[in-house]
Amino acid sequence: MNAMTSGSARPGRHVPLLLIALAITLTAVVVAVPLVYILWRALSEGFAVFAQNILAPDTLHAIWLTTLVAVITLPVNLAVGIAAAWLIARFTFPGRKALLTLIELPFSISPIIAGVCYLLLYGRQGLLGPALAEADVTVLFALPGIVMVTLFVTSPFVTREVLPLMQAQGSEQEQAALTLGATGWQVFRRVTLPNIRWALLYGAVLATARAVGEFGAVSVVSGAIRGQTNTLPLQVELLFNDLNTVGAFAAASTLTVIALIVLVVKTLVEGRART
Amino acid sequence: MSLVISHLARRFGPTPVLRGIDLAVEQRELIALLGPSGSGKTTLLRIIAGLDWPDAGGLSFDGDDWLARSAGERRIGLVFQHYALFPHMTVRDNIAFGLSVRPRGNRPDRAGIADRVGRLLRFLQIEGLADRYPAELSGGQRQRVALGRAMAIEPRVLLLDEPFGALDAQVRRDLRRWLRGVHDSTGTTTIFVTHDQEEAFELADRVVVMNAGMIEQAGRPDEIYDHPATPFVARFLGLTVEVPVAMRAGRAEAAGLDLTALPRRAIPDGPATLFLRPADIQPLPDPAAPFRVTEIVSTGALLRIMARDDAGCRIEAEIPRRDGRDLREGQPVALRPVTGQIFPAGGTLAARAPATPVTLKEAFA
Repeated sequence: MNAMTSGSARPGRHVPLLLIALAITLTAVVVAVPLVYILWRALSEGFAVFAQNILAPDTLHAIWLTTLVAVITLPVNLAVGIAAAWLIARFTFPGRKALLTLIELPFSISPIIAGVCYLLLYGRQGLLGPALAEADVTVLFALPGIVMVTLFVTSPFVTREVLPLMQAQGSEQEQAALTLGATGWQVFRRVTLPNIRWALLYGAVLATARAVGEFGAVSVVSGAIRGQTNTLPLQVELLFNDLNTVGAFAAASTLTVIALIVLVVKTLVEGRART
Repeated sequence: MSLVISHLARRFGPTPVLRGIDLAVEQRELIALLGPSGSGKTTLLRIIAGLDWPDAGGLSFDGDDWLARSAGERRIGLVFQHYALFPHMTVRDNIAFGLSVRPRGNRPDRAGIADRVGRLLRFLQIEGLADRYPAELSGGQRQRVALGRAMAIEPRVLLLDEPFGALDAQVRRDLRRWLRGVHDSTGTTTIFVTHDQEEAFELADRVVVMNAGMIEQAGRPDEIYDHPATPFVARFLGLTVEVPVAMRAGRAEAAGLDLTALPRRAIPDGPATLFLRPADIQPLPDPAAPFRVTEIVSTGALLRIMARDDAGCRIEAEIPRRDGRDLREGQPVALRPVTGQIFPAGGTLAARAPATPVTLKEAFA
């Protein structure tokens, strides 16, 4: 009798089911179906057309440019990210909190604002424009501008992942290594780096995903010149605006595949980074 | 003479942490830096290790100025309180670390390193753990590995920060004996930091009692135990009962206290403070005495007697259970300290030089 009353009196039998159904529906509508649809539309006219679209010179160049930007920004992000995390974790100095806030600033600023800032600073009418023109250095509407603004947007990731770990581990292991006669480089190579390696990899994956997918900031500074300064996300938009649906979807699917690969790597790394 | 510390001072911001430390450590000595937290003992250890630098003063080893040398150049072995083992290396690699980072010309070859590590593993009785990672070890095992890692570089001085602080009581006692054995067989000059007086007194050749950035007293354990040089040391060593007394012709006097058992002392007439261990006070039933028993608590083998007089002076005594059969709460008692330390009011004994007050035990010996 008791079991019966408690069974029927329990209010939320269907609530979990309802929530699960809601979550699945939402994920399907918002995430899964659009992703599958991209691939389906990209291949809708056959693989030959898909390949032809991917291999269109402009799209191919966009893929190349995006890869180049990612490859250039990654080592810079790693080096600067580790240095900043180390500085903040190991030293106390005036302005430490301010530096931390500054490093995280790109997270809270809309990327398009970053782009506009670069435009105002490096543009022909900008603060540094005339001086750059004199020195014959092109920043805007060229690779340097794209790389710089991508760095702006992706710079917080590595520090954000590495810093908490460094703070939690403290500096005793490094001090122990020093007393054992290790040089600064040996301490970094053999003690600091192995301790942060998974967090570092995780931060690098996140930063790369963002670098590949960045649209807003890059669209302002690149000028979106076909076959010259168009990154893959910009190329998708361009093709789409040209009503070249298959082309747009083909480019988008390429971007999606890159993102999915990154996602898988991220998931693999994530488990280890948290231990 | 090996390690000489002179007038060492260090402040963190406005807070002085070390206020003029002078200490000489002999070759092969085992020294305990004993003091409460915040007394500066760990800072002193870190300065000796080369991980912190003094604002003033000197530090030298066999005449070599260590303040001009980096931590790595001093060749000290430092064992951290929480061991700071390298979590991504096996026990074997942890111990080999100090040898493997040496510059090529100075580094033993692979076989040489493996041989040295193997011998250390055997010596520390942790051979079976060689291929484990620190996360797979117990606290006591980590302690041994940390010591092995420090000893692998054949340090000139071994420094240990609260070496047993993170261990449970049984392991702590075992490791203490074991560490003493290690010291005796290697002869490495050793300095360890502790806040546990039992640990310091059992293990060390010489105990250095620190308080508020200064050395209160340094000496052999029994020397310090029998002759605490300052009120701080007396309190720290369990002389927790403090009674205001008046000195007259070298004798202490206080109402209701029978102080005849205490020897004469070279302290000028006037107010002074008598420091007593509760276990060194005998309560004697006496109808005319001003003290009354307010509470009797049994701690098992001992009875803790609380007594107070009309002026509000409270004194705690500890006596064996069988001696307290005729004591009742409310009963008037006279208190008779059998031994104690007297310090002139507001001051310490003549400077901080090794004091030689005479206790009852000695007077009757």
